[in-house]
Amino acid sequence: MEIAISIITGLMILGALYAIHAKDLLSAVIACGIVGYGLVICFLLLKAPDLAIVQIVVDTITLIIMVAVVLDSSREESFSKLDTEGYISAATAIVMIIVLLYFFVVSIQNLDVLGKSSLRMANYYIEGAAQKTGSANLVTGVVFDFRGYDTMGEAVVLVTAVLGVLTILRLKGKK
Amino acid sequence: MKIKRQKFFMKGMTIIVKKTTQLIAGMIFMYGIYVIVHGHLTPGGGFAGGVIVAGSLILVTLAYGGEFLKLVKEESGTTIVESLATIMVILIATAGFLFGTRIFFNNFLPKGIVGHLVSAGVLPLYNIFVGTEVAASVFIIFLSLIIFKEESPQ
Repeated sequence: MEIAISIITGLMILGALYAIHAKDLLSAVIACGIVGYGLVICFLLLKAPDLAIVQIVVDTITLIIMVAVVLDSSREESFSKLDTEGYISAATAIVMIIVLLYFFVVSIQNLDVLGKSSLRMANYYIEGAAQKTGSANLVTGVVFDFRGYDTMGEAVVLVTAVLGVLTILRLKGKK
Repeated sequence: MKIKRQKFFMKGMTIIVKKTTQLIAGMIFMYGIYVIVHGHLTPGGGFAGGVIVAGSLILVTLAYGGEFLKLVKEESGTTIVESLATIMVILIATAGFLFGTRIFFNNFLPKGIVGHLVSAGVLPLYNIFVGTEVAASVFIIFLSLIIFKEESPQ
């Protein structure tokens, strides 16, 4: 299973690289789809069907909206030469990559193999969660019962996102 | 070129897409409701089902086209549905204060038998309201984008 996940992750990285370098914006958007759908297969291999359902639906809707945007505007990417601001951004990005890679290496040495041992909190959830919450689906039991605050926060985040979109996109209110 | 594209979005898509949409859209809607209602039994739940419901609505809107500026009424209605669903989630969460121990997100209804459709206390209610809220949110973002495109000066 680890080999399959490694191959899919490699494909996802290739798709992301192609999306950056593609001249045609439509093929760049389609290449972004490789990343999303590869992630779906990874979730299925790691036995997380709840996440896979959400990811496949959200990715499809995002792709549809992006394709509609690209078809409506220009399909060619506008290139511009690097100025001072661009050089500063590139230098910041390289520094960030080095720092993140260092902490990644440090943390990966202290971690167990994925799925080998479970956390103490996770054990508490798994033991008798069906009796405690009455829900056969453990994920729903955790999301709405043990972690109710998180779910309420997610719902409020969606409301805030919609408010932001409406505030930015209303032309009539601006006049 | 610009005018041609405008007409394309107004007229909707070809008759093949329209007929397929007629056959499929209702089934997608029902599948979304199934995923929401069975959220405490099978994989899925409020978030996944809500996005599926919104996807069926987006499919109908994109396939049939029409004058998007007339959709302003639907937009305001969707806003109200979304806000009401969010308020209902918070009200159910605070309703636990009235029954038994004083805990936020208290599961105050009887839990029933594990595996039945009507079980798990208030969890199915949370699923239904969160599903409504997510469907309304995704659909309203899509609606405001297409209305903005029609409204903006060329």
